[in-house]
Amino acid sequence: MASIWEYANPVKFIRTADRLLPWLSGLALVLMAVGLFWGFFLTPEDYRQGATVKIIYLHVPAALMAINAWLMMLIASLIWIVRRHHVSALAARAAAPVGALMTVIALATGAIWGQPMWGTWWAWDPRLTSFLILFLFYLGYMALWSAIENDDTAADLTSILCLVGSVFAVLSRYAVNFWNQGLHQGASVMRAGAIAGDTEERVSNVYAVPLFVCMAGFAVLFVALVFLRTQTEIRARRTRALLARERMA
Amino acid sequence: MIALLVRDLRLAVRAGGGFGLGLAFFLIVTVLVPFGVGPDTGLLARIAPGVLWIGALLACLLSLDRILALDWEDGSLDLLATAPLPMEGIVTVKALAHWITTGLPLVVAAPVLGVLLNLPLGGYSWVFVSLALGTPALSVIGTFGAALTVGLKRGGLLLSLLVLPLYVPTLIFGAEVARRGAEGLDVQVPLLMLAGISFGALALLPFASAAVLRINLR
Repeated sequence: MASIWEYANPVKFIRTADRLLPWLSGLALVLMAVGLFWGFFLTPEDYRQGATVKIIYLHVPAALMAINAWLMMLIASLIWIVRRHHVSALAARAAAPVGALMTVIALATGAIWGQPMWGTWWAWDPRLTSFLILFLFYLGYMALWSAIENDDTAADLTSILCLVGSVFAVLSRYAVNFWNQGLHQGASVMRAGAIAGDTEERVSNVYAVPLFVCMAGFAVLFVALVFLRTQTEIRARRTRALLARERMA
Repeated sequence: MIALLVRDLRLAVRAGGGFGLGLAFFLIVTVLVPFGVGPDTGLLARIAPGVLWIGALLACLLSLDRILALDWEDGSLDLLATAPLPMEGIVTVKALAHWITTGLPLVVAAPVLGVLLNLPLGGYSWVFVSLALGTPALSVIGTFGAALTVGLKRGGLLLSLLVLPLYVPTLIFGAEVARRGAEGLDVQVPLLMLAGISFGALALLPFASAAVLRINLR
């Protein structure tokens, strides 16, 4: 009986990840190359924003994955708490730096985009602020992982931190919304009717199609990186176990 | 539970000097702000609610590692864990003791320090109310952070890193109540949100803190 929990077995996970990784990395490379090239060179310049609009192909996918990475960590943490599969805990650990990096990319590209458009690198806008807070959450999470020596204790503590942090991250999102009205535009890519071709108040298809390719590319890249990092974590742990066994012998 | 509370309060007052430390820190932060931003009374009046909130928050943060660290070191936390009291009760009492020894003095002192910052007349009551309502949340959230880092040798800095992002919603709504109160605006919405965060944290976070503490005592 095949079940997803089979992959909780580290050996099985590593074997599958080994088989999938080249494909995933290749797919990510192709998608990102196509999406970015299409976005940067083959789309027209926006009549108001000029060429600066093209930074959207880095900004939006990175922001998307910054949030989804935390979501994935939350799910992995829940799986660790409930079913205590080590692979799950290690996957959560592996995803954190990737998510933090995505947050930094989103913030940096946002600043670079904001400078010509809004005339400022940074504004205390709700979206910007909540991303900054999300980054702080990532930092705290990673710091806690690296501070605790016992692996199981670290996994337990960080998974609870991830749970509590998620609640507070959502709270912060609403709090900053209340606190300041922003410059950042609302969601305009995934709005209902976007696919149907309703062209008002959303990103035009000329820009949206390569953007979706970029989003897919970033998503696959994220999965590939998490697989790779999880594998590394498992192998590092196994090496440590082997060394310990050798010392005992 | 009451015995534990009395014990914690007595320890805080008699030993270690943790009692007045937060208050002194609060005073110093408030005094330093005018040196930093200049003595312009108009400006000070405008930023006074926020400064008082930040000062209270930092003073609270400073004293967090005392909540559990001493009991951890001398082993009384292990004894408490084996006592018939549920862990959730223990962490709640710890948070309460922290609030009484740190939060409450801050609440009382804040209006007095408001004088130094030229707080507008209407602001005094709202600074008091918002701090009275918000500092319990700071204590409860802080206890969670303290429980997370209790086993670590140098957990102080990590504790701040973990707790500060969690403080964001409380700070936003608390400072908003104080600011709106000082400017004579309607405070109902942020006040209700602040109360919601406080009571929500008080109701739910002890379970998380207790779970974390159990893991750390394993």
